[in-house]
Amino acid sequence: MTSAAEIAANVANGNSTANDELERSLEAIRARNDELNVFLYVDEQGARRQAAAVDEKVRRGENPGVLAGVPIAIKDNLCQRGIPTTCSSKILEGWRPPYSATVIERLLAAGAVPVGKTNLDEFAMGSSTENSAFGPTKNPLDPTRVPGGSSGGSAASVASDMTSVALGSDTGGSIRQPAALCGVIGVKPTYGLVSRYGLIAFASSLDQIGPFAKNVTDAAIVLEVIAGYDEMDSTSLHEPAPSLAAHVNDGVAGKRIGLVRDLVDGADNEVVEAVERAAQVLRDAGATIVEMSIPEFRLGLSAYYILAPAEASSNLARYDGVRYGLRVDADDVTAMNEATRTAGFGDEVKRRIMLGTYALSAGYFDAYYGQALKVRTLMIDAFARAYRDVDLLLGATTPSVAFKLGSKVSDPMAMYLSDIFTIPTNLSGEAAVSVPFGTGEAGLPTAVQLLGPARSEARLFAAARVLEIAEGHS
Amino acid sequence: MTLPGDWEMVVGLEVHTELKTTTKMFCGCANHFGSEPNTNVCPVCLGLPGSLPVLNERAVELAMAIGMALHCTIAPSTFHRKNYFYPDMPKDFQISQYDLPINKGGYLDLPDGSRVTIERAHLEEDTGKSTHLGGSGRIHGADRSLVDYNRSGVPLVEIVSGPDIRSASQARAYASELRGILIATGASDGRMEEGSMRIDANVSVRKSGEPFGTRCEIKNLNSLRSLVRSIEFEARRQIELIEEGGVVRQETRHWDENLGETSTMRTKEEAEDYRYFREPDLVDLAPDDAWQQRVRDQLPPMPAERRATLSSRLIASNEAQLDAVEVVIDLHLEPYVHAAIDAGVEPALALARAANELAAGIENLDRMTTNGYCSTLLMEQSGELSATQAKTVLSELLAHGGDPKEIAATLGFERLSSESLAGTVAALIEQFPDEWMRYREGDEKLAQFFIGQVMKATKGQANGKSVIEQLQARR
Amino acid sequence: MSSPLRRDDVAHVAKLARLSLSSAELDMFTEQLGQVLEHANDMSSLDLDGVKPTAHPFELVNVVRKDEIRVSLDRDEVLAMAPDAQDGRFAVPRIMGEAP
Ligand SMILES: [Mg+2]
Ligand SMILES: [Zn+2]
Repeated sequence: MTSAAEIAANVANGNSTANDELERSLEAIRARNDELNVFLYVDEQGARRQAAAVDEKVRRGENPGVLAGVPIAIKDNLCQRGIPTTCSSKILEGWRPPYSATVIERLLAAGAVPVGKTNLDEFAMGSSTENSAFGPTKNPLDPTRVPGGSSGGSAASVASDMTSVALGSDTGGSIRQPAALCGVIGVKPTYGLVSRYGLIAFASSLDQIGPFAKNVTDAAIVLEVIAGYDEMDSTSLHEPAPSLAAHVNDGVAGKRIGLVRDLVDGADNEVVEAVERAAQVLRDAGATIVEMSIPEFRLGLSAYYILAPAEASSNLARYDGVRYGLRVDADDVTAMNEATRTAGFGDEVKRRIMLGTYALSAGYFDAYYGQALKVRTLMIDAFARAYRDVDLLLGATTPSVAFKLGSKVSDPMAMYLSDIFTIPTNLSGEAAVSVPFGTGEAGLPTAVQLLGPARSEARLFAAARVLEIAEGHS
Repeated sequence: MTLPGDWEMVVGLEVHTELKTTTKMFCGCANHFGSEPNTNVCPVCLGLPGSLPVLNERAVELAMAIGMALHCTIAPSTFHRKNYFYPDMPKDFQISQYDLPINKGGYLDLPDGSRVTIERAHLEEDTGKSTHLGGSGRIHGADRSLVDYNRSGVPLVEIVSGPDIRSASQARAYASELRGILIATGASDGRMEEGSMRIDANVSVRKSGEPFGTRCEIKNLNSLRSLVRSIEFEARRQIELIEEGGVVRQETRHWDENLGETSTMRTKEEAEDYRYFREPDLVDLAPDDAWQQRVRDQLPPMPAERRATLSSRLIASNEAQLDAVEVVIDLHLEPYVHAAIDAGVEPALALARAANELAAGIENLDRMTTNGYCSTLLMEQSGELSATQAKTVLSELLAHGGDPKEIAATLGFERLSSESLAGTVAALIEQFPDEWMRYREGDEKLAQFFIGQVMKATKGQANGKSVIEQLQARR
Repeated sequence: MSSPLRRDDVAHVAKLARLSLSSAELDMFTEQLGQVLEHANDMSSLDLDGVKPTAHPFELVNVVRKDEIRVSLDRDEVLAMAPDAQDGRFAVPRIMGEAP
């Protein structure tokens, strides 16, 4: 498949057209979407309009943008004006937002062509995309297995060459984990680097939008487009979008990289081997690898499964049947709220809403929510200590390769454990990238995770690029 | 009204005031009362999925202005979510300030010299508005309700007093002084009838000197009259209950204006668990000294200061004058009073004509120049115009503007000559021989009778002082 | 903090969260939520008395916008989303009590 950078170049210089690129993408979607359930909605009309507008710009000699004519898949928890946006939930089925997320506006302005909305775990709660009200997405590399989650549809779109790039959201690993299980690049940017305006909230203090791509350069280009201050998001960092694509070949010579035992221990052997081989590749490229332990990381899962549900319980209160989405009729408004929410939410969402409600309720607040906020401080301090010594951290993204559909869905705790390596960065608000690296069981991809401090995306991409080249990418 | 025995009421008030901003608290929709339903709404104030709040700078400044006027400390603050389900609240949580409010620890001095402490004055957002269909149009017995979100997200400041109020009249004085301050700061228009100022009252009773009793909260009082009546009623209800051997239950109560009584709305056991936690979509607020100073510099004088300035120019102060001062302060009429006193008008007259005649024509005040006011009052003071004539000239000025002397001339307000007055007095003495006899024998009350008769005969053109001089000369 | 989650606790939070659960669901959720809370007990052994809580990843302050009008949504578009509307307003079944 052609990379996003190549598509944009070809469209801009007339070797291809946005329309042809779109048709290729739509053809790939038609070929496998019934089998894989990647897209919940394909916006052929809107995509054709945008492609035509890009081609028109090229004809007129105007700058068509850095993503000119690049088809892109959008996770279905991002609002796009007039396009059904469901969060894979019955409660929002049929809802068409009257506004677009800031990231969508920026993609359109850069000439990208959003082709449709991809499947996810309902309200981004899950690690396998099996918690979708509209059926699971299957891993394109082995359709008996999960693509990971919650952004499983977006990861699968890139892995199956339906689009070269996609957007997802990462609250506890929801970009990096499916990227790892599908063998593509996944980026969780620094909190506040990308505006959350129009991202349907799961856990506001943890959510961050980021790209999926087949290669590091494409990820960097997409992130540059969507990053940067937005006045509609109070938590948006007051700084311009960083220059990323220009630095992907900076290498790692002279960098110190911490190999974190707590981000490897407990993983399957093939994953551990991948991490160790990655460390060697980085060492060969001139980095110093420092073995280290950050025991606080082991507390991440506990803190996360209190904090995220707590915020979610409040964020998801608005789905009450009054203003939009599903309503199940009843005699009075309270009964209507209850009937609507009971019918509209799936079990995982109910679990998290109740867990969060409990953690915030009178009598339990200090023991659970209050304590988790303090653990979050420990986590931030632990990262800060590590970054005084090293420039980046290295570990696994997930404990295993893609698991079988249905193997964990009835055991929530087992499912939650698949996020154990990705959660710490969401708590600290810092940046991380998952890079496909090596092959494990049944020829499925393994991956490694690179972590860096806030605003270290350029450094992370440069390290990821070193690994990518070692894997045979040009 | 006093309470029976040695009972006293203990009252703390929570006053919610809508802020007079151009836009809402967290979005750019118009903050405007009376628009067509659901026309001032956007993704943010409708709580649409994916929307995020961004704080209105002006709302913060008005909140600070209120805090400064109430002698509060402006403190670093945070926003919390108060979680409960209600159809007029689009996110099913309210963004409010919880343990760290923007203003804390102030006080308000009342005209009678008492002081009420202010615990806090914090920022929060308003809800939408429901209309109830079927039944009596009230919430109870309605078949269905309709919701308008124009008010959703309008900025509010909630001002919480200490439990320092001891009588209904003090509660009234507090609410009205606070209202004056809110208007003075420009934070609010103080229109209680439009709901831009709403009061919750926490009421308990105790025997003097004893610890506080259990309190009940009366919700949503929207006039000073309801405030006074409801806390009087509630205090008496609690006293009766206790004296009959009962105990007061902590609960939220509803005030029924028609029945004139409070009734249980929600008991403590039914109280919501609000699950307050930090609003993750907003960042901390910590106005620095420069920002605070900018707000302080724009603060106009508060009613208490203006009242003190005005009172210091009045020689004698009686009850009627104190009321007049309140009217003048309330309506911002003191430029007229000060100008008249400066021009040599007696302070009592300068005050009285403003509190009555100017107040009555307040909507036309722009036609009244301070010059016109001063010269009319000077003419009255010199006897050139009678009191009735002066009042007529003032209302003419308010109605059409113009020059006082010309108005007096046009209306034929000639000064009554002393010969003409003497003739009138002589004729009246003849007409009322018995009254004249009693006056001569020392019944001073009859002086008023003769003044009244002279006024009637001269159609109010005579000067009262001159009539008394005439009567005494003939005694 | 090691209090095991009871069935009643789950019933209570379900009510707070406006969810209704069957008896079988109540059993299932009690067990599953209990497991997560049990896992969270590894935080309870920590003495975090002097530790400051973190609610936000980064310390931004005083983010405000100017008090300037932005265009509101079109009412027809707004009410088109509503499950039920009447007279320019969102319609709901009767409300049982006043706002707290
Ligand atoms: Mg309040
Ligand atoms: Zn709005």
